[in-house]
Amino acid sequence: MTSTLAPPTRASRSARARTGSRVAHRTSPWVYVASVAIAAVVLAPVLYAVIGGFRSNGQLAADPTGLPNPWVFANYVGVLTSGSFWTYALNSVIIAVITTVLVVVAGVMAAYPLARYRFKGRQALFNVFVLGLLFPLTVAIIPLFLMVRDLNLTNTYWGVALPQAAFALPMTIVILRPFLMSLPNELEEAAMLDGASRIGFFWRILVPLSGPGMVTVGVLAFVGSWNGYLLPLLFLNRPELKTLPLGVADFSTQYSADTAGVLAFTSLAIIPALVFFLSMQKRIVSGLQGAVKG
Amino acid sequence: MNPGATDQATAWSVASGPRGRGASSNAWRKRLEITFFVAPALVLFALFVIVPVLQAGHYSVYKWNGLGPLDNFVGLQNYVQALGDQIFQRSVRNNLTIAFLSIAIQLPIGIMVALLLNRRFRGQTAMRVIVFVPYVLAEVVAGVVWALILQPNGPLDALLDSVGLGAIGQVWLGDPKVALWTVMGVLTWKYSGLAIVLLLAGLQGVPEELHEAAQIDGASWWQVQRKITIPLLGPTIRTWIFLSMIGSLQLFDMVWILTKGGPVNATVTMATYLINQGTDRQQYGYASAVAILLFAISFILAILYQTFFLNRDAGEDKPRRKKVAR
Repeated sequence: MTSTLAPPTRASRSARARTGSRVAHRTSPWVYVASVAIAAVVLAPVLYAVIGGFRSNGQLAADPTGLPNPWVFANYVGVLTSGSFWTYALNSVIIAVITTVLVVVAGVMAAYPLARYRFKGRQALFNVFVLGLLFPLTVAIIPLFLMVRDLNLTNTYWGVALPQAAFALPMTIVILRPFLMSLPNELEEAAMLDGASRIGFFWRILVPLSGPGMVTVGVLAFVGSWNGYLLPLLFLNRPELKTLPLGVADFSTQYSADTAGVLAFTSLAIIPALVFFLSMQKRIVSGLQGAVKG
Repeated sequence: MNPGATDQATAWSVASGPRGRGASSNAWRKRLEITFFVAPALVLFALFVIVPVLQAGHYSVYKWNGLGPLDNFVGLQNYVQALGDQIFQRSVRNNLTIAFLSIAIQLPIGIMVALLLNRRFRGQTAMRVIVFVPYVLAEVVAGVVWALILQPNGPLDALLDSVGLGAIGQVWLGDPKVALWTVMGVLTWKYSGLAIVLLLAGLQGVPEELHEAAQIDGASWWQVQRKITIPLLGPTIRTWIFLSMIGSLQLFDMVWILTKGGPVNATVTMATYLINQGTDRQQYGYASAVAILLFAISFILAILYQTFFLNRDAGEDKPRRKKVAR
């Protein structure tokens, strides 16, 4: 699923280079004008946050859209030296890692029999998971809130990670099953002839070969957890356990007068994640497409 | 679900034949293995998805504050109350407006930008990454920044002033008449990237030969796109509309950060109403009824959409699909 995406691009590009380059060049000024306009609209809020973080509140009030003059580093330094930013970031990382590991391990294990065993009720079992795509988190949130409270999981990492993983499972299985199905049968037969058990085949051959698929679902689960708001909002209310999105929301209400501080805090919360997610863009897109086709 | 890979699973029954020590022990072994592999996912899924959804249905027929026993059975009263509540009605209207406008606004944007970025030009790769930025940002983070941009006398007003458009300035998030449109604008910024990126990927499946043939026949660039490319994007477009619609009906994070559903419920959505009634006011029974209504509305629209639009794509798969189910 993932590997089939890249080759056509290259092929179509070279084909276009051969035949259609004249047409493309003739209209190119407009392409650049439009591109710059789109990039400006898309990036303006992010740039406003990052650049605004280098200005003082006085500068921001006097001229909301201006450039830093002089450059102020105190806001960023203030956020980076405050313990709370690092606490939030660490909490976000821990919860995202737990969620991702749970989703990938449980997901690939479940997808294996659903893809490669033949048994009665296989399709029905698969459909149970698919049905999960139709249940939004919001529908289950009230009972989940009470359940997590009764299990004494409020204000724990697991209280957020377990429901998050459970709601990410349908997508994961929908993406992984066709991926596992597409691995050639000969591999399985060869492994059998060499005396491997089905479980041995799973660990030694299937798991290593489905690496790309697992990276895709892992990235999707990680992004979902990292950006998640509703579950941490309801389940984490001790400051030392809050995640970055909660921290950003809290900081922005608590220090609403300190616009520059809020912008610096927000920028620091987004830049590392943004770099990581954009470098994984192909995985995210192929995952979303895979789910769409699955 | 996937008609491409059908009978892969037969491999084991064929290959394991010679080693088998009797059919029944093999069958047991297989059942154990299946249980072993499926159990973690199934337990997780049942405990944190299925049970809570069923519980929501159960709670919805009680009046309950979350403490003490569930003993105040009120039948369908919560549903009647919700359906008659003006704020809930407004939230449904808002959700439907947002769902419709998201498609009406983001689809043309998505198609135009995807066609643009599908052309060869310097910086094409960078642009493809840039348009995806808003989509991967956390809703909360984007919401906090936009709330600052939209504040009275903030950057947006200053920008409009500087280009002589100060007159169209508004109390963007504070005026009940304007707030929903402002939220709509932010949503357009946040989610158009998904349409663009999915459509771009769909465009790569359009064979280049078609364009060449049309160009040789003297078709202009725009004619080629309108007559050939866009129709071939049909399946991608129909699927994106589905995703967008479901997402709009469940909208929470962005609205909660920007307006909390205000001012005076101007931007209330079913999800913000539900959280407001549930965890904030401890009306868990009533909030559960709202949750079930939210699910029912999404489900009905999903089924209607699936029946009338998505099945066109699946049409030719159907005969094969039946075989898979066996």
